[in-house]
Amino acid sequence: MEEAVSLELTPDEAARITREQRETKAAKSKNLLEVRNLSTHFFTPDGVVRAVDDVSFELGYGETLGLVGESGCGKSVTALSLTRLVPNPPGRIVAGSVVFDGVDLLKLSEDGMRKLRGKEIGFIFQDPLTSLNPTLTIGYQIAEAIRQHMGLSKKASFDRVVELLAKVGIPRARDRLNDYPHQFSGGMRQRVMIAIALSCDPKLILADEPTTALDVTIQAQILELISVLSDEFGTAVLLITHDLGIAAGMCDRVNVMYAGRIVETGSVDVIFERPRMPYAWGLLDSLPRLDDVRGDRLRTIEGLPPLLINVPDACRFNPRCNFARDACRDHEPELTAREEPGHFARCWATDKGGWIP
Amino acid sequence: MVGFVIRRILWLIPVLFVVSLITFTLMHAVPGGPWDREKPLNPGTVLRLNEIYGLDKPIWQQYINWFGGMLQLDFGPSYQYRNRGVNDILSDGWPITVQLGVMTFIVAVGIGIPLGIFAALGHNRWPDYVATTISMVGIATPSFVLAILLIVIFSVGLNWFPARGWKGPNTWVLPVIALAGYQIAQIARYTRASMLEVTRKDYVRTAHSKGVRNSAVVVRHMIRNALIPVVTILGPILAFLVTGSFIIENFFGIPGIGRLYIVAIGGRDYSMIMATTVIYAFAVAFLNFIVDILYAYIDPRIRYS
Amino acid sequence: MATQTQSLPGVAITARRSEGVWRDAFGRLRKNKLALLGALGVFLLLFAGIFGPLLAPWPYQVQDLAAVVANNNLPLAPFQNPSHILGTDSLGRDILSRLLDGAQVSMTVAFVVQLVVLFIGVPLGAIAGWFGGRIDTYLMRITDIFYAFPDLLFIILLSVAFRETAFGRALNGVLLVFVAIGLTSWVTVARLIRGQLLSLKETEFVEAARAIGVSDRNIVVKHLLPNAIGPVIVAVTLGIPTAILAEATLAYIGIGVQPPRASWGTLIADGQPYIRSYPWLTVLPGIMIATALMSFTFLGDGLRDALDPKLKGKQ
Repeated sequence: MEEAVSLELTPDEAARITREQRETKAAKSKNLLEVRNLSTHFFTPDGVVRAVDDVSFELGYGETLGLVGESGCGKSVTALSLTRLVPNPPGRIVAGSVVFDGVDLLKLSEDGMRKLRGKEIGFIFQDPLTSLNPTLTIGYQIAEAIRQHMGLSKKASFDRVVELLAKVGIPRARDRLNDYPHQFSGGMRQRVMIAIALSCDPKLILADEPTTALDVTIQAQILELISVLSDEFGTAVLLITHDLGIAAGMCDRVNVMYAGRIVETGSVDVIFERPRMPYAWGLLDSLPRLDDVRGDRLRTIEGLPPLLINVPDACRFNPRCNFARDACRDHEPELTAREEPGHFARCWATDKGGWIP
Repeated sequence: MVGFVIRRILWLIPVLFVVSLITFTLMHAVPGGPWDREKPLNPGTVLRLNEIYGLDKPIWQQYINWFGGMLQLDFGPSYQYRNRGVNDILSDGWPITVQLGVMTFIVAVGIGIPLGIFAALGHNRWPDYVATTISMVGIATPSFVLAILLIVIFSVGLNWFPARGWKGPNTWVLPVIALAGYQIAQIARYTRASMLEVTRKDYVRTAHSKGVRNSAVVVRHMIRNALIPVVTILGPILAFLVTGSFIIENFFGIPGIGRLYIVAIGGRDYSMIMATTVIYAFAVAFLNFIVDILYAYIDPRIRYS
Repeated sequence: MATQTQSLPGVAITARRSEGVWRDAFGRLRKNKLALLGALGVFLLLFAGIFGPLLAPWPYQVQDLAAVVANNNLPLAPFQNPSHILGTDSLGRDILSRLLDGAQVSMTVAFVVQLVVLFIGVPLGAIAGWFGGRIDTYLMRITDIFYAFPDLLFIILLSVAFRETAFGRALNGVLLVFVAIGLTSWVTVARLIRGQLLSLKETEFVEAARAIGVSDRNIVVKHLLPNAIGPVIVAVTLGIPTAILAEATLAYIGIGVQPPRASWGTLIADGQPYIRSYPWLTVLPGIMIATALMSFTFLGDGLRDALDPKLKGKQ
């Protein structure tokens, strides 16, 4: 664990020291987050939905990792599982380990977990309108985590709130401390959420589709903000999105998820330039391009994702795959290595001895 | 906020006007006069009485006179008790009715809201079932049925509490419970439903993600938001309380305005009926006004509309 | 609302066919035990109300003075005399028969009032909602005025005002009760319908209907109103307990149904002086009122949950 940073430093100095500590750890190639065989199931009257099925990945200090996939593939549930915020009933983490900074979160007591939430791990939710309490001032809501975890006096915490608001780009911060969420625009509200997530200087931020609910013009600003702040503080970011463009612009590495499984993982360059899984090809192909001929239909991946109840042992993408063969229906492929280091894919066809070279 | 309050106060004036107009019109639409008894009176006597009570003047003038008097809290003479004015009669009963109303309200809110919260927090486990059962029964049992049951069980049967009168805390228990029963059930039901809805809200998840203690999440984030819809039904509940109180007063022999009201209805004391109706209606309007202010206080979004 | 199928080989995952709003709702209703209990209660009460007086051992107004005299001039207790199974009141009138008559009065009031509500509320609400604009504003002002006056007070006022008239005396005062309660209850339904129409009339299927030349009247009657029916059914069912309670209250005060007809409210008023010595005179009609209220409330709640599960307070 890090040494506590003395409060007599200026905020910038404190940030610099924190960042240096984290970079040192990164250089020692210790991972901030190691997820192994995580499985989260939902127990419904219609059956058990395996929303997250045996998912494993790592995240380094200060790294930005993208978790990409279409709606319903399990990416949000994965993020919620990391901090044990999955609604129970009907959901439950049934297996796996989540080692954060050396501690397995799934084995912590509830109180131990609670102490980490907000302090070491921050969350940015998708819809800032519903994610903020309409009856409390934004000043109070940002200060809440600070006062809970950092034991500052009321005045000191509100001072810090003003700093944070300035950092996330909200003008006249001190005047707006006593305003309510409904008095802000959508983009401003999301900045408030970012301020909340960063309030205790966490090591990791989970950003669940942070820009989906916002106007396109605001999206770029918010993403820029997340990027700048995470660099400045050395914070690792797990960015969840269905938008490939966002992933391409923000992430160091990308995990592609489908039907509760990770089907491809690698650095952002590799995933976008040399993907080795038909699903990823379909995703990239479906992006409209400026040089498309007008009047042509948009390209889609036919079919729909499977229901995650009673999943058989087969490649989950195969009903929609143009390259599927018998092997794909008999047995689910493992995540196996591809050419570049750190590049893995879950596909018989592109594997060694497969039928796509 | 101040503008909001002022606008709401101004609303009360037209309400008072409309209520008094409707009441006045209906009372004077009654065929025959206030002097009809079993034995018809001498026409000469009727003329004289009409003169004394100002009933020979044109209707609109009677209304103005009455309205003017009302604003000064002078409701005119009683037609039933010839030598007393309405105010005089009402002033005896007035404090008692207010006392009954206030106590019932405190009991209703003080039991209803915690009961609802308790049920919601223990959702699908025994606190929920117990509280929900109490609610169900309470809603279906109107005040005078509950009054009957309470009297038969606790007064006649067990002799713990007296069945009539209003002297001392002993006599307060049964009437207050009888009147509050329905309100407790309604408030508890609404509070429970509202809490359950709030549990699923995104901002509760945000609060948890900040590492806030569970107890703090419940109090700071859930209860305050859950109470907003509950405050909106406080209005109709208060109205119910006011208009239901006269039945309870009659049942338990409590000498408040309500009893006088019922006696006046039976005895055709029209000025008394008008006075009590206007007082009750205005009380309801005023209480609704208080509820509106409370609502704006709890929910900041309302203040700016 | 059909769910799509995606069958993985070796496993056939069948989607659930959507069955239409009404079948879905009916299915949900059947599973709701409390609602079924309520439905049973409603059925029994309706039966008592329609056939009760025909099957009753005594006409409700007949005084069996002989039995009373034989009992030391005291009312008979239940099970004391086989020809008066639930006892008699102080005038020798059979309690069971009077309870059944009360059932008839209550059921009649409840349903007739709702008819009045539908006849006034639906058209007015539809007009306000469909035409919008100034007509809507005027109508809303009028309903606001009705709102300012507490219902019960208004009903009492009306009853007091007109009880001496021929209109007020018709049917032992029952007609006056219908009108008085009906006049205060139509507002809720009118607002419901208005709200539904206001939101539905901007939808695309209305545009489509207009485009193919369906007349306004037909759009409202054939397309919009059926969609608004759900909440209206719920409101009507839940409005019945209010009507029953109002009727009982009026009778209790003495300005509702007039003697010798027996409303449960009158029975309670009659029995009140004897509450210490002959509690059954008040307890029995009290139980009837409670049963009626509970049955309709449970049924109404069940209907509301069945027609819109999102409104339910549970998960």
